[in-house]
Amino acid sequence: MSPVRNVRNWLDERFKWDDLVAPLRKKTVPRHRLSYWYFLGGITLFLFVIQVLTGILLLLYYRPGANEAFESVQYIMTQVQFGWLIRSIHSWSANLMIFTAFAHMFSVLFLKAYRKPRELTWVSGVILLFLVMGFGFSGYLLPWNTLAFFATKVGTEITGQVPVIGKPLMILLRGGEEVTGATLTRFFGFHVAVLPGLATLLILVHLLLVQRLGMSVPPKLEMEWGANPSAKREMKFFPNFALRELMAWYIALGVLGALAAIFPWNLGVKADPFAPAPAGIKPEWYFLFMFQTLKLIPPKVWFIDGEILGVLAFGLVGLLWVLLPFFESDDPSRGKRWITGLAIFALAYVTGMSVYGHLAK
Amino acid sequence: MAILQNETRRLATARYWVLSWLIGFAVHVSYGQAPNSCLDCHSALPEPLGVSQEKFSQDIHAQKGLTCASCHGGDPTSVDPDKAMSRKAGWKGKIERKQIPQLCGSCHSDAAYIRQFNPSLRTDQLAQYHTSVHGKRWATGDAKVAVCTDCHSVHDLKPPSDPRSTVNPVNVANTCARCHADANYMTGYSIPTDQFAKYSASVHHDALAVRGDMSAPTCPTCHGNHGAAPPGVDKVQNVCSTCHVFQAQMYEKSSHKDAFRAASLPGCVVCHSNHGIVHPTDAKLGTGPEAVCMQCHTPGDVCDQARAALLSDLGQLDEAIDNADRVLSVAESSGMEVSEARLAQNQARDSLTKARVTIHSFRKDLVEQDIQTGLTIASKNLQAGQRAMVERNYRRVGLGISLVAIGIMLVGLRLYIKKIES
Repeated sequence: MSPVRNVRNWLDERFKWDDLVAPLRKKTVPRHRLSYWYFLGGITLFLFVIQVLTGILLLLYYRPGANEAFESVQYIMTQVQFGWLIRSIHSWSANLMIFTAFAHMFSVLFLKAYRKPRELTWVSGVILLFLVMGFGFSGYLLPWNTLAFFATKVGTEITGQVPVIGKPLMILLRGGEEVTGATLTRFFGFHVAVLPGLATLLILVHLLLVQRLGMSVPPKLEMEWGANPSAKREMKFFPNFALRELMAWYIALGVLGALAAIFPWNLGVKADPFAPAPAGIKPEWYFLFMFQTLKLIPPKVWFIDGEILGVLAFGLVGLLWVLLPFFESDDPSRGKRWITGLAIFALAYVTGMSVYGHLAK
Repeated sequence: MAILQNETRRLATARYWVLSWLIGFAVHVSYGQAPNSCLDCHSALPEPLGVSQEKFSQDIHAQKGLTCASCHGGDPTSVDPDKAMSRKAGWKGKIERKQIPQLCGSCHSDAAYIRQFNPSLRTDQLAQYHTSVHGKRWATGDAKVAVCTDCHSVHDLKPPSDPRSTVNPVNVANTCARCHADANYMTGYSIPTDQFAKYSASVHHDALAVRGDMSAPTCPTCHGNHGAAPPGVDKVQNVCSTCHVFQAQMYEKSSHKDAFRAASLPGCVVCHSNHGIVHPTDAKLGTGPEAVCMQCHTPGDVCDQARAALLSDLGQLDEAIDNADRVLSVAESSGMEVSEARLAQNQARDSLTKARVTIHSFRKDLVEQDIQTGLTIASKNLQAGQRAMVERNYRRVGLGISLVAIGIMLVGLRLYIKKIES
């Protein structure tokens, strides 16, 4: 008997392993011309795992504190063996993860994969996207450089605009009235404990739902396959789909390595709270569409403060976005066209405003 | 006819005074202020007799509670012009130009009086004025030379710290230039009138006007203010040394000091000029148009050889710093972290600056010490940049190998998938 089989038998006797992996053996993935969109969720998960691993390695040297954070990151970049690689991969992977999470969300939207019975998968996924953006916001401050300091100042100020809860929320985030070392340690706590805990829990729920419900098929194809079951094409999840996913992960790893080696993540200049804010300060690219929108809203709209109106509008849109599947028809033949139109508009708006915000002075 | 014209003019003047008096009286009654009949009338008069309430209210004397009568005498409480401006009430009328220094000095030389208003204000202005070229010529009856009001203005006099003051550091050169840059006005005085033009193109003016350095020198910094006079040929280094301390210390110990004195040459000015001082470059040590050494020295002599060696040393350090900067810039643009070496480059630049200061000792051994310090630092920084470039190449080779490995894995996986699906 081979050693692998020995181990498998040993596990089976103790955990009923075969029963546990039996659904995976039976699990299939629909095969059609849009199947490659299924890889995006897996790539996002892969990048999250990279984040956790590189984050743990960075924790070995990183010191949260206004007097030590910048120096410790500088030490990681210059003195620690392969420290530059770990930090650059962590930073690039964070950005790629947010990008793939957005791409995954829009692919789900355009393929109408959020329809019944996958509403909760969508809800958990959108909340995960918000959490990922929270990771980005909290992690951006940790190197304690000038750009991060002032971007955090602006970002938390916008939070303070929310009526009633805004000011206490801003003080909670900052650990006081101003962005100080207390904000840094607080953001560090969010970044390495609170958000990872919540994200891991939600990822488990999200994956469980995906496993229970299987992969969605676009409505048109679903109807075709319903009318002609012999036309239905599938592949086994393991090993066929899993190997393809593995290829996608390798490609993602190659892209990450190339970015980290050719464009190591910049360290910037240490934050000086007493220095004036650099001209044209902007948030990270994934917040640009919101930032630019807030900039374009007039100071007063009717009798309401423009910025407050903008923040409230984004809050409302975010809530409706989470609840979007509940507006969709259960019947695949009667899909709501306005949701597809809204998805096109949202994609165009986010892309357009981000580019505009990037180019604007 | 002439009598009629005179009578008409007298009548018009009388009407003017009556009207001014009525306006002044109306102002008193309506506002209930302490009466100052001088301003009531003079604010309505045209120049040169006119002094507006607004103008006088900005005068430091008015702000300290002094009135027109403090200088001009008279009785400002009386609304009757004849009584207000009566000799009996001590009215002096327009102050004669030759009386101005003494009049100002009557208060400003009185320490006990001045202490009431500003205990830190000096009271030796008049004494200093008497030692100045202005004051000495004034004593001989030259009415064209500057008196207090020419520089400080009158009736709207502001303290020097006020940016609007004519003697504020930002404005004082313009104030001096009003006379000293006026060739017609300066006719008869055997001094040039291009000082202001030269100063305006100088490094000192640049520091003040462009960089906003309020401590940068202006005319009074070198010439004095109330005691304004040329510094003197053999004392000029004392003036420069008030700011350029290290250069002066080096020069004091150098062989040039005695040589310049023996030749009646004005120290620092020999190489740097006076009003039109521009930012010195290493070219001063060269043999080109900016060169200064060869104005006195003979080509090929021992001093010429020392000059060439110093120039070469400075050029060597300058080039070493440039080289390190160039390599560090390339490394930085490749994403390498070289901020420590970048910071250390400032130390190398400091050494170059120090070497340029040490040039004033005219001692090759001292200059070379600074040059060597700078060269060592620049060399370390260059090595740091080169190491960063080696590291960058190492990373790219590592990336290449990793991508090949990933590529092989992808091909292997694709072939395996094909195999199990065939």
